[in-house]
Amino acid sequence: MKLSQLQVGEKGIVKEFTDLEMSVKLMEMGCLPGEEIRVDRIAPLGDPIAINVSGYQLSLRKREASTIILHK
Amino acid sequence: MKADIRVALVGNPNTGKSTLFNVLTGLNQKIGNFPGVTVDKKVGYSKLPDGRVAEVVDLPGTYSLYPKSQDESIVFSVLADRANALSPDLVVVILDATSLKRNLLLYSQVADLKIPVIVALNMMDLAKKSGIDININLLAQNLGVPVVPIAARKQEGIDELKQAIAIANKVAMQVDSIDVRSIAPQLIESISNELNIGNPYFALQLAHQHETLKFLSTEQSDRIEALEKEHGFHSQKAQGAETIARYSAINDLLYDTVKTPSTAQDETISNKIDKVLTHKVFGFIIFFAILMFMFQAIFTWASYPMDLISQAFVWLENTLHKTLPAGPLVNLLADGIVAGLSGVMVFIPQIAILFAFISILEDTGYMSRVTFMMDKLMRKVGLNGKSVVPLIGGFACAVPSIMSTRTIENWKDRMITIMVTPLVTCSARLPVYTLLIALVVPNKNIWWVFNLQGLALTGMYVLSLVSAVIVAWVFKYILKSRERGYFIMELPVYRTPRWKNVAFSMYERSKAFVLQAGKVIIAVSIVLWVLASYGPGNRFAQIDAKYSQPQYTKTVPHDQLDRDIATAKLENSYAGVLGHSIEPVIRPLGFDWKIGIALITSFAAREVFVGTMATIYSVNGDADNIQSVQEKMHQAKNTQTGQPVFTFAVAFSLMMFYAFAMQCASTVAVVYRETKNWRWPAIQFAYMTVLAYAASFVAYHLLK
Repeated sequence: MKLSQLQVGEKGIVKEFTDLEMSVKLMEMGCLPGEEIRVDRIAPLGDPIAINVSGYQLSLRKREASTIILHK
Repeated sequence: MKADIRVALVGNPNTGKSTLFNVLTGLNQKIGNFPGVTVDKKVGYSKLPDGRVAEVVDLPGTYSLYPKSQDESIVFSVLADRANALSPDLVVVILDATSLKRNLLLYSQVADLKIPVIVALNMMDLAKKSGIDININLLAQNLGVPVVPIAARKQEGIDELKQAIAIANKVAMQVDSIDVRSIAPQLIESISNELNIGNPYFALQLAHQHETLKFLSTEQSDRIEALEKEHGFHSQKAQGAETIARYSAINDLLYDTVKTPSTAQDETISNKIDKVLTHKVFGFIIFFAILMFMFQAIFTWASYPMDLISQAFVWLENTLHKTLPAGPLVNLLADGIVAGLSGVMVFIPQIAILFAFISILEDTGYMSRVTFMMDKLMRKVGLNGKSVVPLIGGFACAVPSIMSTRTIENWKDRMITIMVTPLVTCSARLPVYTLLIALVVPNKNIWWVFNLQGLALTGMYVLSLVSAVIVAWVFKYILKSRERGYFIMELPVYRTPRWKNVAFSMYERSKAFVLQAGKVIIAVSIVLWVLASYGPGNRFAQIDAKYSQPQYTKTVPHDQLDRDIATAKLENSYAGVLGHSIEPVIRPLGFDWKIGIALITSFAAREVFVGTMATIYSVNGDADNIQSVQEKMHQAKNTQTGQPVFTFAVAFSLMMFYAFAMQCASTVAVVYRETKNWRWPAIQFAYMTVLAYAASFVAYHLLK
């Protein structure tokens, strides 16, 4: 299951990444394997999305969210 | 000022770092550039409890020592290079107590550089409110460094922080967070030996960043590169391993020291606000309503102080003429410098209001929501959600906005943003538009609320945005992209704006505008006055001789004669000759040679237009009857036809020209500085001039 497939309000736990370059950037911002992510909002035009991770809010594009694989 | 100790402030974005800097240093600060790069360097001074003075350097906000932009790369250079002129004795790392986990990543990297460190735990008030319980003593004990709880906005804990700075150790006491050597044991060893480096994390960072670090020689950098090949070092994999190790250590640390309730309360309030502000329909309506309100405010709120300033300068010009003996020097002072200056000073209220709005929008966190909402739309035209900030900033001034594009990591997105930002209606165009609109658009309300002049101005702003979007879309197909773009951005919780910061920004920006524009305008005014008051050869003498013949002195009334002489002289002055020489080119746009003079001088800076108009029409008028620029222009008549010069068509044609032409030497300079290539400002200048001429031509012929 990819992060980009979650609906608003749904949660998931990060399992792994499909893109090394993106994973380095995401991990710096606190999106680590084992971390719980909740989708807070989707932008009015359908992209990007806003997620809640390690106690703060992060926005990223759907294409970037699709590189995050969740346990589910 | 002589400082006893140098302190660097380091922290994530949105942690209140600037607020703390302002609180520590007060107004005792200056903004400059870091040597070699165009990143704002803020340095201030703070008096410590023991009487010593600390020099405080505010480093750009960053999430880690691995830079994603030019701004962020400064942090590592300043901290790690002991030969750097700003190399600190002590680092104060500001951590947001409500988001400790992410904030501690940067702390642990900085701490591993083994520079003496103090932690300022900010936003303690918010953390308490949301039920986050931090065992500060245990945290300090586990980190091995002093931890000072503060609330920078409320100025709580500041004295304690200053005390901690004063008594800070001169040697690094922090506990190792992770085993850095295990990430790349042999490589760290080899780099440490060859470059004589004692700190393993410094050696590791050199391996990652050696290509962009200015303090390394080419030989050193090449040597590091060779060592990396030898030991099979993969930068991204190593960074990933480091980040995971650090977060694992941070989780252990937080497990003992911090208790967080399952949902932070502040977050939900922010979420509720976001449900409205980023709503599918209301989100955009609110955004446009805010922009609309901003421009209406700039027009209506500023009008009273502007009238006052304008009247004060008319009075000054009048007084100078009455009290001082008549002569060329007094004319230069009154008609050249004072008239030119009044043209700039009068716009201080508008610029202050504009910057107040921009700083409130940024401070509250709303600007990043605009970025969030607009990203998809902006991407369609080749921009990026982050382009919204420079574009909105462009309403104030293209120069700082183009500098702010450094936050856009993607090269192509950034280039396109730089290319179109000068199209956005900047504050320097405001004087020109205000003057011309007031001249030809009646000051009436329609549908009770909308002022016609305000609507015309809003129209110019909308036009500028639309043109920026279209040009960006064209560039999207011309430019080739260099790397993939991404958009990972923190959405900070909503905060009430810090009114002191807003006031400070209003003051700083207005001051910068007056000092920078003022210099240019005084210089241009003097040159212009000389050009307009003297002519080539004996043309002036011939005019005097012609009008002293009895056929003029007997038949024409005295003041009419004076005016005729003045007009003839202006036309034959150097400025007149110059204006006449470009008249054939600008005639199709509806401009005469006087406007031509203004166009030429405006290429230094747009706002010079108003000053130029003031100077030209003062020279032309008689000294006993001094009026504001607007009245002078209103009465300007074409000498051949007797019709007013500034008709509806001419005024709008002129506005179109100012909307599109690259009439700003500072922007050209900053685009060169940011792109490091003369090709970009050259392309920009060329396309904007062509657009300006075409738009002006069309406007004049449609409205004529």
